[in-house]
Amino acid sequence: MSEPLVGVVLAHAEVAEALVSAVRAIAGDDHGLVPVSNTGCDRAAILARLEAAVGGRAAVIFADLPGGSCAFSAGAFVRLHPDVRVVTGVNLAMLLDFAFHRGLPAADAAARAVETGRASVGGIGR
Amino acid sequence: MSIDLFRIDDRLIHGQVVVGWGQPMGIEFIVLVDDEVRASDWEQELYRMGVPPSVDVAFASVEEAAAQLVAWEADPRKGIVLTGDIDGMAALCAGANGAITRVNLGGIHYREGRKERLRYIYLTDEEAAKLRALAARNVEITAQDVPTGKAVPLNELMA
Repeated sequence: MSEPLVGVVLAHAEVAEALVSAVRAIAGDDHGLVPVSNTGCDRAAILARLEAAVGGRAAVIFADLPGGSCAFSAGAFVRLHPDVRVVTGVNLAMLLDFAFHRGLPAADAAARAVETGRASVGGIGR
Repeated sequence: MSIDLFRIDDRLIHGQVVVGWGQPMGIEFIVLVDDEVRASDWEQELYRMGVPPSVDVAFASVEEAAAQLVAWEADPRKGIVLTGDIDGMAALCAGANGAITRVNLGGIHYREGRKERLRYIYLTDEEAAKLRALAARNVEITAQDVPTGKAVPLNELMA
């Protein structure tokens, strides 16, 4: 049986830590998520943090802003790491779903995260 | 001049540029002056994917940028010209023959040997000297990460 996927949440300021903390509060400790912030980093430093977080494993990187430094750095990272995929626009719903589907291949998990994330965006009330 | 911002930012194109500066300024094109990105089709594709469709992105080497500056300035749309380091911007200023009078320091992050000047500006002594030399050529240099942030003049940055 292959190792479960790692989920790296890569975001600005304290967003990644906050999202992972929220997942832990809702779903418990076995979520497979690693928070990484871009604070104080140029691209080289972000890539080094990603290298440490992914640790040579199959993974999905959840970046916050499409067109932000996190997303661009993640895009550069996956070129050299075929077992890693990137999803942008991370939200809590997609992370919670990921936590329970870490047995999927990275590409399938990423595609599922995109759909789950999108489906969670909506309005309430009139 | 239609270039509203000449910016040094080691994160190149990113949220602060596209959203932080781009939205309030109504930017319609961004030029990334970087030899490495200019030589890489996949990097250019990566940056194009991340920029809204309403904003055009162009890529130029340092050498190409000096020659194309007049054309960019003649563009009726508002634009930003970015370099990833001080050397790139200094070379662009040298090639512009005085046309570039203001440069924004948007982000030079920590690396070994650099000292903190601001939370988003770290410089070696050599880099600081290069900025002073650029300022001596009548280029006003100000550190400001986003438009609503404090604009810090070079002499205050070096104090």
